[in-house]
Amino acid sequence: MVALKSLHFTLNGETVDTLCDAGESLLELLRYRLNLTGAKEGCNNGNCGACSVILDGQIVDSCLVLAVEIDGRSVTTIEGIANGPNLHPLQEAFLQEAALQCGVCTPGFIVAAKALLDREPHPSEERIRHWLAGNLCRCTGYDKIVRAVKRASEQA
Amino acid sequence: MAIKSPEKPAAATSSYKVIGTRPVRPDGADKVTGRAVYGADIRLPNMLRGRVLRSPYAHANIKRIDTSKAAALPGVKAVVTGADWPGISNKIEDLGEDTVNLGDLAKNLLAVGKVLYKGHAVAAVAALDDATAQKALGLIEVEYEQLPVVLDVRESMKPGAPLLDDKRFTDSLGTKSSEPSNVARHIRFELGDVAKGFAQADVTLEHEYRTTMVHQGYIEPHNATALWGSDDNLTVWCSTQGAFAVRDNLVELLKHPTGKIKVVPLEIGGGFGGKLGVYLEPVAALLSKKSGRPVQLFMSRTEVFEASGPAPGTSISIKIGATKDGRITAAQADLAYEDGAYPGAGAGAGCMCMLAPYDIPNILLDGRDTVVNKPKTAAYRAPSAPQAAFAAESLLDELAEKLGMDPLELRLKNASHEGTRQVNGQTFRRIGYIETLEAAKASAHFASPLGQPAPGKKRGRGVASGFWFNGGFKSSAYAQVNADGSVSLVEGSVDIGGTRASIGMQLAETLGIPFDKVKPTVADTDSVGYNAMTGGSRTTFASGWAAYEVGMDIRRQLVERAAEFMERAADDLEYVDGEVRSKTGDSKMTFAELAAKVNGRGAPVVGRAAVSPMGAGPAFATHIVDVEVDPETGKVDVLRYTAVQDVGTAIHPSYVEGQIQGGAAQGIGWALNEEYFYDDKGVLRNSSFLDYRMPTTLDLPLIDAVLVEVPNPGHPYGVRGVGEVPLVPPMAAVSNALHQALGVRVRELPMSPRRLLEETGVIGK
Repeated sequence: MVALKSLHFTLNGETVDTLCDAGESLLELLRYRLNLTGAKEGCNNGNCGACSVILDGQIVDSCLVLAVEIDGRSVTTIEGIANGPNLHPLQEAFLQEAALQCGVCTPGFIVAAKALLDREPHPSEERIRHWLAGNLCRCTGYDKIVRAVKRASEQA
Repeated sequence: MAIKSPEKPAAATSSYKVIGTRPVRPDGADKVTGRAVYGADIRLPNMLRGRVLRSPYAHANIKRIDTSKAAALPGVKAVVTGADWPGISNKIEDLGEDTVNLGDLAKNLLAVGKVLYKGHAVAAVAALDDATAQKALGLIEVEYEQLPVVLDVRESMKPGAPLLDDKRFTDSLGTKSSEPSNVARHIRFELGDVAKGFAQADVTLEHEYRTTMVHQGYIEPHNATALWGSDDNLTVWCSTQGAFAVRDNLVELLKHPTGKIKVVPLEIGGGFGGKLGVYLEPVAALLSKKSGRPVQLFMSRTEVFEASGPAPGTSISIKIGATKDGRITAAQADLAYEDGAYPGAGAGAGCMCMLAPYDIPNILLDGRDTVVNKPKTAAYRAPSAPQAAFAAESLLDELAEKLGMDPLELRLKNASHEGTRQVNGQTFRRIGYIETLEAAKASAHFASPLGQPAPGKKRGRGVASGFWFNGGFKSSAYAQVNADGSVSLVEGSVDIGGTRASIGMQLAETLGIPFDKVKPTVADTDSVGYNAMTGGSRTTFASGWAAYEVGMDIRRQLVERAAEFMERAADDLEYVDGEVRSKTGDSKMTFAELAAKVNGRGAPVVGRAAVSPMGAGPAFATHIVDVEVDPETGKVDVLRYTAVQDVGTAIHPSYVEGQIQGGAAQGIGWALNEEYFYDDKGVLRNSSFLDYRMPTTLDLPLIDAVLVEVPNPGHPYGVRGVGEVPLVPPMAAVSNALHQALGVRVRELPMSPRRLLEETGVIGK
């Protein structure tokens, strides 16, 4: 058996100590060891963005990051976007604009959009489209998603 | 660029209080916070992980399978193959938008004797963890005898083509062929006399149009979790468009009684028709039965592409004749659909939808369903109609050009209307096709100039229309009135795009209470009456109708109870605007007052309904698209898109717009990029989201959805289904726009850069 590695990192603002396999992805760590299932597996090879998380301020596909790589670093997932019971303006905007249908890509879009608004509070439509091009949605045609991000940016 | 708010639909001026508003969906908060539980998110104690072994060959006999080494691997708890099916029947199961032969279905889920496509499931294992399960797959020994493959719909019909099943004969207009064939079925629809019709024509055009298989592209892969208890109670958790359909398939495939099976539909990450049937659910059940533990199975994205149910590729020849003044006198077509490894129902719907928007006196349509060494196809949003419309709507554009007519005028001149007889013999009731054409003509988009292209580029505008039947089928629901004036609604339609809202809003409207007083829950198969699938554009129509009937049942009960509280005869009371009033106007009780009272004394009030409504109103759409193309590279940019649709009554306009925008986006992908690309051995060479390129945010403009509301006379609130028809017009609309830009007619999908460069002669074919 492969020996487990120990990990110490910050997850949604809280310190986590856990173990992982050497070959385990961050997505697997989140979903199977830590039971945070908000990040979704859509492709497991970095093409759909449904597993997007923020790693030290950078948006990453968690399926492409090895769990061992996050030792000592900081991870924000969809579960850490809201402030307790209060939704983040992006989450509120997604609801108001009806920017989700099936909802399975929604966590990835919200996490990715937050990473954008954290660095650029008032992006143009073109910039929003460019930033979100790594996240696939098959239900909405993106119209209402782009509107929601724009709306959230105008309220920030 | 500023983003304008969506236009308010006409219904905003109606007398409805809840219908036509845009409340936040009841499951919204869970879905924006990551808390919603989708099929892959469930974890059971002691659960095993499973994996499926799939064929590396597109066509082969299975000479031998030896699973003993895999079964002996430490950590492996069960191995199953096609030999574990409890018996193979040939019963036909109706999935609403698709039918399936249950014997074929069993063989598709775990092969018996033969594999018919690359990725065909051969065996499955359950183990303590995923790594062990994967290792075990490598220990299963399968001896294959490879066979020649047939991959193209036209090739499959030729004499001497490799046969997928040497016991399959063509059912041709009710007669069985003498020789075995890959053509499963030949059907014909006839109206009038086409010979006479073509004789009356001044202009006749004829062309062949081809499409390849495409995938629905839902972001969530298939999944299933099963627990077969020692009491023989089987519970299955999965992401499906129809929990009852899954249950019924499990009954047949496992020879297990309905009363012993419960299917729990978890949240579903997209379906578009591709999650009407079963893939992993029966296999997980077999593994659970063998191991005595819960088993969870997922598909990888590659497995989804290779082994779920894409939409059929087609070869469609069509001929249309018209008089000089643009009156269509006759149409004739041959439609061949490749149904994949097993026969499906491709051609029938294609024939019935192809020319439905038009009032044509003489029509002759021949449809053929063939089998090829590719996965068994499944429904994809208005299944079969988009391929047929690509052919018909492209040829109509050419006809308009030849006649010197505006393409919308040509359509208006021949448009179906109330009373038009269709090729299937039915006559349209009130429909809104003409209204979509008029709204398209009146749209800001149609009135605006195309604008100057960037240097070296070319622009074009195209229009096309589409039709879809829309479905009815069975729905059930119940609701209890709570003491605080709220209502808990239990329904059985999986919520794939906001139907908790669209169903719950119809209950709120019926009861005259605010929508936030209605709390909808989607229940498992033991906890609500039968519901057909979320598909066929039926859910807001039929489950909404059930919610209306639940509301009427509650109203009747509240009037009876109010009579007691108000000391009046029930006949003297009426339910109006959320109140029970005396007809004389001297006394009343509000819904909230009654809710408190009935929960305090006597029996609780629970409304129930089980419906199977006929009268689904058909959907029509007309789309306009502007494109800009670079003639040197073949790259196409979609500049502007307007989708006009008769939506009946828009219950929740935002989700109606969302259906239209999403369907148009899928159509743009189908038009320009998406295709199943097979090599000559039958290996799918683009089975990832990188290589099967679906539109991203960068590939699309904002999509204007124009809602035309012609209420369906067959529904209490005028609902028509809206979800499917948006996928019907886009491919022809884009092709017609590209013709205006480049001067060539592209008659094969996708209209990728390579194909455009071939068609314009920039590169050789």
